[in-house]
Amino acid sequence: MSAAKFSNPVVRWIDHRLPVFTMLDHTANEYPTPKNLNYMWNFGSLAGLSLVIMIVTGIVLAMSYTAHVDYAFESVERIMRDVNHGWLIRYIHMNTASFFFIVVYLHIFRGLYYGSYKAPRELLWILGVVIFLLMMATAFMGYVLPWGQMSFWGATVITNLFSAIPLVGESIVTFLWGGFSVDNPTLNRFFSLHYLMPFLIAGVVILHIVALHRFGSNNPIGIDTKGKQDTISFHPYYTIKDIVGVAMFLLLLSVAVFFFPNAMGHPDNYIPANPMQTPAHIVPEWYFLPFYAILRAVPDKLGGVLLMFGAIAILFILPWLDRSPVRSARFRPVFRIFFWLLFIDAIALGYLGGKPAEGIYVTLSRIATAWYFLHFLVILPMLSVFESTKPLPKSISEPVLATTVAAE
Amino acid sequence: MMLKLIFTTIISAISVLGMSGTATAAGGGDVTLLKKDWSFSGIFGHYDKASMQRGFQVYLEVCAGCHSIEYMSFRNLADLGYNEAEIKAIAAEYEVQDGPDEDGEMFMRPARPADRMPSPYRNDNEARANNNGALPPDLSLIAKARAHGPDYLYSLLVGYGDAPEGVDVPDGMYYNNAYSGNLIAMPQPIYGDDVEYSDGTSTNAEALSADVTHFLMWAAEPKLEVRKRIGVATVFFP
Repeated sequence: MSAAKFSNPVVRWIDHRLPVFTMLDHTANEYPTPKNLNYMWNFGSLAGLSLVIMIVTGIVLAMSYTAHVDYAFESVERIMRDVNHGWLIRYIHMNTASFFFIVVYLHIFRGLYYGSYKAPRELLWILGVVIFLLMMATAFMGYVLPWGQMSFWGATVITNLFSAIPLVGESIVTFLWGGFSVDNPTLNRFFSLHYLMPFLIAGVVILHIVALHRFGSNNPIGIDTKGKQDTISFHPYYTIKDIVGVAMFLLLLSVAVFFFPNAMGHPDNYIPANPMQTPAHIVPEWYFLPFYAILRAVPDKLGGVLLMFGAIAILFILPWLDRSPVRSARFRPVFRIFFWLLFIDAIALGYLGGKPAEGIYVTLSRIATAWYFLHFLVILPMLSVFESTKPLPKSISEPVLATTVAAE
Repeated sequence: MMLKLIFTTIISAISVLGMSGTATAAGGGDVTLLKKDWSFSGIFGHYDKASMQRGFQVYLEVCAGCHSIEYMSFRNLADLGYNEAEIKAIAAEYEVQDGPDEDGEMFMRPARPADRMPSPYRNDNEARANNNGALPPDLSLIAKARAHGPDYLYSLLVGYGDAPEGVDVPDGMYYNNAYSGNLIAMPQPIYGDDVEYSDGTSTNAEALSADVTHFLMWAAEPKLEVRKRIGVATVFFP
């Protein structure tokens, strides 16, 4: 780790005083990475890329956006029509927001499948859930900024949730609004916070990466690396693999931006906000639909709010709910079935969240909500005790070499 | 397995959205959506200038009496194939308020290409007062502000008809096959031969409706052509 390893004298001079090159060298060359990572390990770097795209396009959009109830909608249309390539910047921002969530959801399910939340990576996982929460807040406030019908009514519905809190609820809502309804002060503070929060996310991402580098990546087998034979350097092996994922990601993002830019949005948001006219169905952005379904599944407002936040809060204590010593679902045959049931359950909740809260949809939402909590609070703790897991390989290199031999 | 997972997730995400969109469109009653083959749909989609010019004529002669198109400026008509002199001439037919002048007075002057299209009413209240209490929506974004935008607009324009047995149509309301709930406050705007085209193409109700829809799609998404062109170059670049 001495500066002497760099041959360039300028690099050596700088690194002696500010060890940035040592840090880079550590990350790229010394940092040991399990040699058996599959493509499910691409979504962390893709989430990081999404954050960078969001911040860059967002800063450019803010240059032409006006945070005022009378001008916000019009300033967005000006971006779409008169600002040079404004339509492109805005469509990239809109669609990358959706892709950010797709990537993060896959990243979370990867962690669930391979037990990446288990010791000693509990804090790494918890920081990830913090990032997810910050993302949700940021995305919610960003959706309000164009001041369309869904912006306004989404903001009204979501901020009103806090009124369910006993005693202080109403005061909290007034405080959040900066007045007695969603109005100009609300839009101004949402813009301010929407600009701030991505940088908070970036800060927590740094902590997330520091925590990651403490023990390194988990891997598809879920056993610890036992030495040099189990690892390879990050560069060039995983930089190249990440670039493959980036290429795929950018290709799909381009298809969305250029050919279906509004497919993941709601047409009502091209109608200027009108406090006097409620849309037929108020729905949040698609990535909130599973939580929206949980909210509406409960007949009691406070209960719904508690359950909705509980659905995320439960992820914080997940490392202590699933106590099975085996990390990867590959060696947990029963857990694997329940994992896929949870995956289907989450998709079902997303579907139900987009449906009107009536008839069969309410019943189905309740079943799906119950299953979500059952999975974490009952099934996982029980599996930790009763599941008989398959024997684990002795090391990462053993099964890797075994499959290579078998393939030959 | 991973790729399949990504695709499944994306497709299910999109289908969830699609369904939520449909749920919004269906507000009750029987709604018929006619699917048309628009030149601007598909990844190689482009606008048909002749159709947009005709549609602009329909907008001016049929819609503009009640509906504003406030995000459109006269200069934008260059996209429809008009040259500078023609745009100046079209703009000059309108009077817009300007000022204050040296004496502090507001004054009227002929519109210039940089001006927005003037609205038919001074404000929403005047618009309501002239339309039985209903507010004719601004049309700048209408093709994006409704689910299945262009198909919906076309279906709405040709969707007027007699109410089926047992459906009560109140005074000042009209029966429409495409409108959510089937009762719409806008009287049938297009009957066929409402305008006279100089290029000799058909002026039946279907043709007029298709042309004005084409124009409105352009008004809502003026950068569609350049977007798709860059998209093809980005996604299919060898």
